[in-house]
Amino acid sequence: MIAATLAFYLFSALAIVGALNVIFQRNPVHSVLWLIFTFFNAAGLFVLLGAEFVAMILVIVYVGAVAVLFLFVVMMLDINITMVREGFLKYLPVGLLVGGILLAELITVFAGWVMSDSADVLRAAPAPDPSDIGNTEALGLILYTDYIYVFQAAGIILLVAMIGSIVLTHRTRAGVRKQVIGEQNARRPSDTLEVVKVESGKGLQ
Amino acid sequence: MEELLTEYLPILIFIGIAFVMAIAMVTASLIAGPSNPDPEKTSAYECGFEPFDDSRSKFDVRFYLVAILFIIFDLEVAFLFPWAVSLSGIGLFGFWSMMIFLGVLTIGFVYEWRKGALEWE
Amino acid sequence: MTAIPNLTPAYAEMFLAIAGMALLMVGVFRKSDPIRGVTMLAILAFAVAAVLSISTNGAETVTFNGLFVVNAFTGFAKLLILLGAGLAMLLALPWARNEGVSRYELPVIMVFAVLGMMMMVSANNLLSLYVGLELQSLALYVLAAFNRGNLKATEAGVKYFVLGALASGLLLYGSSLVYGFSGTTSFAGLADALTGAESNAGVIVGIVFVICGFAFKVSAVPFHMWTPDVYEGAPTPVTAFFSVAPKIASLCLFLRILVGPFEDLMDQWRQVLTVICVASMLWGAVAAIAQNNIKRLMAYSSIGHVGYALIGLIAGTQEGARGMIYYMLIYLFMNVGTFAVILSMRVKDRYVESIDDLSGISKTNPAIALALTALMFSMAGIPPLAGFFGKYFVFAAAVNAGLIPLAVIGVLSSVIGAYYYLRLIKIMYFDGSVENFDRPDYSTSLVMGVCALSVVVFIFLPEPLLAGADAAAAALFQG
Repeated sequence: MIAATLAFYLFSALAIVGALNVIFQRNPVHSVLWLIFTFFNAAGLFVLLGAEFVAMILVIVYVGAVAVLFLFVVMMLDINITMVREGFLKYLPVGLLVGGILLAELITVFAGWVMSDSADVLRAAPAPDPSDIGNTEALGLILYTDYIYVFQAAGIILLVAMIGSIVLTHRTRAGVRKQVIGEQNARRPSDTLEVVKVESGKGLQ
Repeated sequence: MEELLTEYLPILIFIGIAFVMAIAMVTASLIAGPSNPDPEKTSAYECGFEPFDDSRSKFDVRFYLVAILFIIFDLEVAFLFPWAVSLSGIGLFGFWSMMIFLGVLTIGFVYEWRKGALEWE
Repeated sequence: MTAIPNLTPAYAEMFLAIAGMALLMVGVFRKSDPIRGVTMLAILAFAVAAVLSISTNGAETVTFNGLFVVNAFTGFAKLLILLGAGLAMLLALPWARNEGVSRYELPVIMVFAVLGMMMMVSANNLLSLYVGLELQSLALYVLAAFNRGNLKATEAGVKYFVLGALASGLLLYGSSLVYGFSGTTSFAGLADALTGAESNAGVIVGIVFVICGFAFKVSAVPFHMWTPDVYEGAPTPVTAFFSVAPKIASLCLFLRILVGPFEDLMDQWRQVLTVICVASMLWGAVAAIAQNNIKRLMAYSSIGHVGYALIGLIAGTQEGARGMIYYMLIYLFMNVGTFAVILSMRVKDRYVESIDDLSGISKTNPAIALALTALMFSMAGIPPLAGFFGKYFVFAAAVNAGLIPLAVIGVLSSVIGAYYYLRLIKIMYFDGSVENFDRPDYSTSLVMGVCALSVVVFIFLPEPLLAGADAAAAALFQG
């Protein structure tokens, strides 16, 4: 499986390049485009892990929808790039300090990583053998029945998101002429049309 | 696992070739194309004029509303894929589970419709 | 093919979810000014949910494939949440009418926020914990920015959202590290995996991240930066709601997760929490002194109160848990009552929020002055008012658990904190009167009166309440 290993390093490297570009691009629209690139590479990594469904959802939802939303938000905000850059040098030392501490913590965590004795067994329990059953089907078999509680809660979260975005952004504009189908259907020719017989040679007054 | 990845090999090759071709085309035209600009060539042409200010303008927040409503229904549809594949295994319980989920979002849809959030003008 | 799970324990949550959707439909199909009807129905829904959650409040029951649990503790916590939310909702109605915000989404979103809190309290798995937390957070972000025409409200919403998303990220990251160690997300499984396990940097970092996420949600120092701005910017009844319901929910969940699955790592989390707790108590007391806006003052006051409540958590004993629950109960009445007072600070049909506006109201509005005096004395912890008992029980628990320095710092900071509570009383009684307040609305006065009275007469009725808190704490420690 040398191809898989190579693909792993390729996708990881490109994902890191993409992520760095998201931060360092001057133009926020370019940042969003690099973010899309990063999403694609993350999807590639998911495929390598055998999580096909998650990979495809990442492409459909994140690349297809979330990135579009980001673009709209970036354009809506009308960011002045020079103003954003102003504070950059001032906050750089603090940011580097926090990032450095976090990195040091992560290194200690992963250097001394131990797993509990039962972890592997527990982790493997819900996942069926991939050669028997497809990824998507395996998810479907437990998501709607065993995990119905979380599934319905996700539905309610989506509902609240819907209500919230309408509450915060929707406004009814005054003086907008909308199509009223009832009125259109109720109109009779007699309301607006008049048939006039015009005698030849006389014309209308 | 290996079988699964082998199935994806053609896609990887396809992406690789597409990538190489795209880069090749851009670099080839960059190298081979004649390019000798002078001030007249790069200035605005005839009746055109220099822009007065940044061409970036604020997008209406309505675009955002449409986009987020799209995402919500996109996610809803994403939940339908595994359901459709496994429906024979999860029986009536799984069927009604999804119907309740869709019902919750239909409530949201009715709300949107009545609020006029789906109308543009 | 799985069998349908046992739905009985979750009746209250299911009812509230259906009620929220029904209220949304009522609001959207009613032609004229639906907010009044929707608010009343929402309060009714809270009452029904409270009854349902009492009726399921028996022995510990786990359902939904181990994702959801009810016992005496979750029952008591849910009652507190519903009570706080109901009182805040009573305050919201006159506010909405006075401000001309007749949008029925306010009560609807509050119902969904409460649903999220109840789901949090009943979570028995890191997965359901996160889903409940997100439901409540999402609803709260919307509520903070609800008055969208107001610049401060928008700022509050954005600030809360950005920092809240960061906190959720920390929580998720911590959960993933914990999962990485133990291979399971269920609380019972975690308890098994962590008991007797050798100390391990990964799990500790994971738990620290989880604690950071929660500390943000309960606005404990050093994760408190959003609190004053959000409290000031959000509409006042929403602030009243923010200061009680989500805090109670997060603290109860905090308690459940730390003395449940992470009990074996008590030595580790105790250090972290002690720092957070001491910092919250001191900063809440000191920073409030310089405030001139009463909502900002209440923000710092709530930071301090969270610190006191955390003492009970740090004790890690049944007595400490009882003290914390008790503290939250008293805190609920004190805080909602104070916000009712803030909402009755109206001069010429306009809400005022400055402390100087209280100047001399003992002459012009003696009833409001008296209520606020009782509430402030209670917040300062002066016996025989309710606030004293709250502090007494957590400090006693700390002393019995051998944490004497913590109790001493608590006493010291409540002495410092007493300064600004008493300053309000001084301003009301000894400064010259500035302006007359408008006559407060009926329901605002009702909430103010009930809260002030219960703070005063508390000394006569601790027995039944203590029994409830005792049963709740016992349920937590029986396993």
